[in-house]
Amino acid sequence: MSTHDTQPDAAASSETDTDRDTVVLEVFRYQPDDEDAEPYYETFEVPFEEGMTVLDALLHARDYGDGTLTFRHSCRQGICGSDAMFVNGRQRLCCTTQVSDLKQPIQIDPLPHQDVIKDLVVDMDHFYDQMHAVDPFFDPDDPPSNELEEQLQSPENREKIKMATRCIWCGACTSSCNIAAGDNEYLGPAPLTKAYRFINDEREGDERRKQRLEQMTDDHAVWRCQTQFSCTEVCPKDIPNTEHIQELKRLAAKYDLSLF
Amino acid sequence: MVQLQSHEVIVVGGGGAGLRAAIAAHEAGADTAIVTKLHPVRSHTGAAEGGINAALRDGDSWELHAKDTMKGSDFLADAPAIEVLAKDAPENVIELEHYGMPFSREEEGTVSQRPFGGLSFPRTTYAGAETGHHMLHTMYEQVVKRGIQVYDEFFVSRLAVTDEPDPTDRTCHGVVAIDVRRGDLWGFEATRGVILATGPAGQVYDHTTNAVTCTGDGQAMAYRAGVPLEDMEFVQFHPTTLPSTGVLISEGVRGEGGILYNAEGERFMFERGYATTDGELASRDVVSRAELTEINEGRGFEDEYVYLDMRHLGRERILDRLENILHLAEDFEGVDGLTEPMPVKPGQHYIMGGIETNEHGQTCIDGLYAAGECACVSVHGANRLGGNALPELIVFGRRAGLHAAGVDLGDPQIVTGRRGAVEDWDGTFETEIGAVDPEPAYTDSGVGTDVVEAAIDAEQTRIDELLDREGGVRHPEVRRTLQRAMTDHVNVFRELSGLQIALKEIRSAREAYQHVYVEDSGKTFNTDLIQAIETQNLLDVAETIVMGAIARTEFRGAHWRAGHQARDDDEWLKHTFVSWDDGAPSLWFKPVLLEGEKTYEPTIRSY
Repeated sequence: MSTHDTQPDAAASSETDTDRDTVVLEVFRYQPDDEDAEPYYETFEVPFEEGMTVLDALLHARDYGDGTLTFRHSCRQGICGSDAMFVNGRQRLCCTTQVSDLKQPIQIDPLPHQDVIKDLVVDMDHFYDQMHAVDPFFDPDDPPSNELEEQLQSPENREKIKMATRCIWCGACTSSCNIAAGDNEYLGPAPLTKAYRFINDEREGDERRKQRLEQMTDDHAVWRCQTQFSCTEVCPKDIPNTEHIQELKRLAAKYDLSLF
Repeated sequence: MVQLQSHEVIVVGGGGAGLRAAIAAHEAGADTAIVTKLHPVRSHTGAAEGGINAALRDGDSWELHAKDTMKGSDFLADAPAIEVLAKDAPENVIELEHYGMPFSREEEGTVSQRPFGGLSFPRTTYAGAETGHHMLHTMYEQVVKRGIQVYDEFFVSRLAVTDEPDPTDRTCHGVVAIDVRRGDLWGFEATRGVILATGPAGQVYDHTTNAVTCTGDGQAMAYRAGVPLEDMEFVQFHPTTLPSTGVLISEGVRGEGGILYNAEGERFMFERGYATTDGELASRDVVSRAELTEINEGRGFEDEYVYLDMRHLGRERILDRLENILHLAEDFEGVDGLTEPMPVKPGQHYIMGGIETNEHGQTCIDGLYAAGECACVSVHGANRLGGNALPELIVFGRRAGLHAAGVDLGDPQIVTGRRGAVEDWDGTFETEIGAVDPEPAYTDSGVGTDVVEAAIDAEQTRIDELLDREGGVRHPEVRRTLQRAMTDHVNVFRELSGLQIALKEIRSAREAYQHVYVEDSGKTFNTDLIQAIETQNLLDVAETIVMGAIARTEFRGAHWRAGHQARDDDEWLKHTFVSWDDGAPSLWFKPVLLEGEKTYEPTIRSY
């Protein structure tokens, strides 16, 4: 373990120094281009500022400390979904997590259950593949023929799918899921929530709905969920993923019984 | 290892304009690929909150939308562009509905619309206070549906353009990109066209609603390749951003009835006479200036902000239409918008200027297009109306995609490049501008892959230089200097002396950049290298903003100049252009087009 002090004027302090002016980060490092690269943890100390988020702390560590420290980030307001990481043992978006809410030292790891590319950057390809596997696109039975004709949707129906449409593809849910960790083919929470969003959209039509429900009865779809609620707990957009999956189970059961 | 790919149409950027361009080009039959430095769903379109203007209902019309937009622009937008926007928006918005976008709905199931600043009719369609998120994801879903190829996390760092002396003779044959994940350089040949849809450049400022990745890459690349940047001095400062972070609080809050008040409890927009008719819903430039005036005259809170209050709207309405605002205020300011007013102050939000295009998205370089915030077609002129950015993305993204794919859109009305009624600026800058050490020409006027390969070599040389330098200046330091100078001196209120200081500081930052080194020497996911290149882009773009702001000695829209406190239509009904001229930039003008299908007579702009 090495220590990286990013405060130009501060005297070297021990890693247990957690006075309120300093934030101590324990950051997972993995630099694959180094020969014989092995992962390790590095300690960064950055000056605390009111309102500081974990992303702010990481940016400070990088920009005033070690330029090789690598992580994804973009919007810094919880909408682009780039900076989901494993912070103090839980999947969180770094940009919406206040440093003051966390116990120090703050341990930051890449999202579990995904291959690490470098430092805090994980390989998202499998997550994207699973998202794409549920045909995540609107595909109505009877598209309107007139360019200005709106497909009507009741406010209630829009409300029903509202939470599911909030997904930002950050991958926190899938990373938190024990089942997804053990079954690579399991669609996982975010893709199932995406399926829920289309299955319940009244604009799509019965035929497409049936095809979508058919997929839900697959061995690696809704029945794999063991309702542990971890996906719901970690979702930074408060999407009730588990509830959605439970509802899909009911719909899939009805579909199996040919009740549709 | 260098890789070469070829497609008919290459779209650079995976946000709203890029996705819409790719869908259009693909539907027109072209082999299309998106090359983007982020995964598309990470794009900054997702952060747009308020809505999409479109004249959909009885009582509204494209003519009214065009008229409002022209007035909002303070008569510096081009009529043909505005008319295309207003006419195409209804179909293009309903097309999003056909793509499944979850718009907010009326009881009868139709798409809802709400009032927005500067609009004579409530024509802003929306999806909660997260319209951009839904628009972005809906279009990405359609890209997946169509199987359009996406090269995500590929950072385009150079255009492959021929080097004839006159930029209007040049041709774009493709782009060069760094595969971020593996570090290899890729050449992408585009046999029909390259569409730049790289978004904003807000990172030239340090208090901005823009993402960290909004670094003006497309603007800078097009500029260096010979395309002029137009009206760059017009920068929008959004009146309601959270003071500590610059996170945006949507205009939708005021659209739904939210009010602004100062430390004396006054509803200052009315009570202090800034906008006695429209109040909080005056145009953004008007409201931002009002807030800063209140703060500067001692009527702000903590000398920094005013309050935006939506408590009276009631819990139900807020949760239905503005729920996202509650989360943002809570997460980033620790304020509960249901029970407390929210502190807000102006923050950089949008740049009206950009890569000069005509209404088909074409630049003056053959085969090079631009659309969205990086472009200037120009529909926003001196000030963009809220709700007009998102329709611009889809309307002009689509048109660029169609044209690049070979669809005939008729003769454009807007003439691009240094052609027609060009007038040179007769002033001078106190500071040296442009490249410190101009890059030598790297390509002959070859064709296709020759040009791409020459561009790859030139890019490799630049990257090697950055990577080989040992010690020197770190790029975050250069970027901070730039952001500070722009925020301090090129903000809502501008004075010549401050602008001159900014230009000097940009010069020093440019000189410091000559010594920038990249700490990370690895190939894998080298964000240190990417950010070093982005910083160069920021420097080039920022300089054009200051140049334009110095040249324009009038007060129009978002451009307020001390000592020039009136709009001067006799002298300034013209667009500003800055061209790179191979490293020795020049500034010139072309007249604004106030005649389209309709004629737009400049009138006094009051709200």
